[in-house]
Amino acid sequence: MKLFDNLQKKIDKKKSIQKHYISKEQIKQTAKENSRIIKELEKQNNRKNVPEEEYLTKMRDSNNVVEFDDLHAYFFTDAGIVKAVDGVSFDIPKKSIVGVVGESGCGKSVTSLALMKLMQKPQGQIFSGEIRYNAKDGKAYNISKVPREDMNKIRGKEMSMIFQEPMTSLNPVFRIGDQLDEILFLHFPGITPEEAKEKSITMLKTVGMAMPESVYSRYPHELSGGMRQRVMIAMALSCDPNLIIADEPTTALDVTIQAQILDLLRSIKNDINGSIMLITHDLGVIAEMADYVVVMYAGRIIEKGTAREIYKNPQHPYTVGLQKSIPALNLNDEKLYTIPGTVPNPINMPNYCYFRDRCNKRFGKCDGEYPATIQISPTHSVACYLAEEIAAELAKSKDGEKNAKK
Amino acid sequence: MPKNKLNQVTNTVDQDNLAPVEKDDILIVKNVKKYFPLGSNWFKKTTSFVKAVDDVSFTIKRGNTLGVVGESGCGKTTLGRTILRLHSITDGSIEYDGNDIRTISKREMTKLRPKIQIIFQDPYSSLSPRMTIGEIIGEAVREHKLVPLTEHRDYILDVMKSCGLPPYYYSRYPHEFSGGQRQRICIARALALKPDLIVCDEPVSALDVSIQAQIINLLVDLQKKFGLTYIFISHDLSVVEYISTEIMVMYLGSVVEQGTKEQIFRKTMHPYSKALLSAVPVPDPDVKKNRIILTGDIPSPANPPKGCKFHTRCSECMEICKSVVPKLKEYEKGHFVACHLYPQD
Repeated sequence: MKLFDNLQKKIDKKKSIQKHYISKEQIKQTAKENSRIIKELEKQNNRKNVPEEEYLTKMRDSNNVVEFDDLHAYFFTDAGIVKAVDGVSFDIPKKSIVGVVGESGCGKSVTSLALMKLMQKPQGQIFSGEIRYNAKDGKAYNISKVPREDMNKIRGKEMSMIFQEPMTSLNPVFRIGDQLDEILFLHFPGITPEEAKEKSITMLKTVGMAMPESVYSRYPHELSGGMRQRVMIAMALSCDPNLIIADEPTTALDVTIQAQILDLLRSIKNDINGSIMLITHDLGVIAEMADYVVVMYAGRIIEKGTAREIYKNPQHPYTVGLQKSIPALNLNDEKLYTIPGTVPNPINMPNYCYFRDRCNKRFGKCDGEYPATIQISPTHSVACYLAEEIAAELAKSKDGEKNAKK
Repeated sequence: MPKNKLNQVTNTVDQDNLAPVEKDDILIVKNVKKYFPLGSNWFKKTTSFVKAVDDVSFTIKRGNTLGVVGESGCGKTTLGRTILRLHSITDGSIEYDGNDIRTISKREMTKLRPKIQIIFQDPYSSLSPRMTIGEIIGEAVREHKLVPLTEHRDYILDVMKSCGLPPYYYSRYPHEFSGGQRQRICIARALALKPDLIVCDEPVSALDVSIQAQIINLLVDLQKKFGLTYIFISHDLSVVEYISTEIMVMYLGSVVEQGTKEQIFRKTMHPYSKALLSAVPVPDPDVKKNRIILTGDIPSPANPPKGCKFHTRCSECMEICKSVVPKLKEYEKGHFVACHLYPQD
């Protein structure tokens, strides 16, 4: 009898282990399936001489620079599909700063990389959805369908990116000047080296670099973090882009240098007449810079609106929690508010609201499907069941107003 | 967080007016200097130094938290490491509970080690990937023979519990954890040795906002529970304000302002502290601040400017600042400032 019990225990243990681990066969199967999908997507991407009609579209609103429309960006890994961006849609209007906030791993960087088509190939792919881009010449591109060759013309010239770590994004074996000139040679084929040098030095001047001529002939290791970030910004500006994507531009910098860089970005926005997509996890930076704010959680947008709406009237419990958990200056609370738990595993996301298990306001409805986005005001929308009542009330009061007018 | 208004940093700059050593003082740092050699001449004699920490003095009372603030390269991390004698001390004295850390022998220092612990900045690189969590936390406990081997496991599990780590993490490896959990492991490792003083070297700067709040709350709770003393090194002023009772602002290796939290944040005196405070972004779109933006970068510590080190970036720089080094002087009880804007005699 004892022997049988022991055997039973061993089998149970094996089963419980199998629950948490993926078997070799499963990995093989998913890898096979993944490679099939990736091949198909890559084939589309690597075609040559694609007619323009295929990737030209129309903007929904001509005042927008970029429109994300139900974007899905996945990573096909052997353990399963990681839905890094899962149905994201928002607009970047002209001449504005849009801030994207969220914890690490929420998909904010992947959204920007998808826009630049710089996702880690081949496992990272734009699976479905549209990114519409309003180019300077009036054409509207559907970025997700633009083949690689044509994308090279857009990238850097029409939109450019400032990366998080200025230490690693500059090439240590080339002089600053060479790296700045390279972009000009690529995008303006007829340019002479003298002209390029002149342009680069004026670019360094615009970003407030002292002694631009000497910086031009220096190597990256001779510059400090703030100066390197200025070089990165100069590089991003050198082709007069329509849109600058700043991916955590100040995270690696000190507070005082951060203030300098933010000030610079603000003045640049006015100079180039373009828009900035600012990605950061620092709610303070967003509050100071952004006109519109998008809050992301686990690959989806949970709340978006103008900066004022998000900070003064946050609706989603996650947004509220994030704001409460900052140890802001001039606050004398005894204890900091914390959001319990961590972000769920990106593979095999649950059916219900991703934030349910960490939420302090969950109720019966939350066990249902992932909540749909609800418009509270023309610019403010939330993906939470709690907002339904508010929306209903708003609708009622609007109806009341209409009736009164009649 | 203990809000004892009597807690004050006692100044020890002036050797003659030394306040009598109180029983409550856990750490007394006097004129500590840490120079790193740079170049040498023909005879292999060092000629130039990086003055990473230059003449820093402070005292911490038991159960208090001293916040050390400054830009990168101001010597705050070096100061923290020097207190633990992870760097040798060039000059000055660090007295912990009556033991001078600079002069005691290595063997005595080893005995003292459990009492002073450190939490490092980067939880990704400060945990050995080849050891399980239980081994990481328990290694030093076993080395110092704090608990009998038979109770070892239970003790570690106890420590893990007080840091919010479930017991089944005991046999897992660091790569299985997120940044916040790793930082909890680092805290548990420091806490397992029953320390009195913990040097927290930017423990939350690598973490997300929501996780950051969890870790800060944990640190505050543990302080209450075990009566710990913290030296909290950070560049994030809002975090420092929340956790500290006293604050020290450093610039290029020397202290520019020192005082209680109230004094530093409400009655800011030094232009550098003012600029630092105004640079912190406020999470409120309606607040439009008159920001003091410092121009330029922090000068190289190998070749600091003459006179007041801050004069190259100061908005209120005068002639005297360029030649004379300002003294750190007490202007209010416990509030020290080194600036020529205020009377020096």
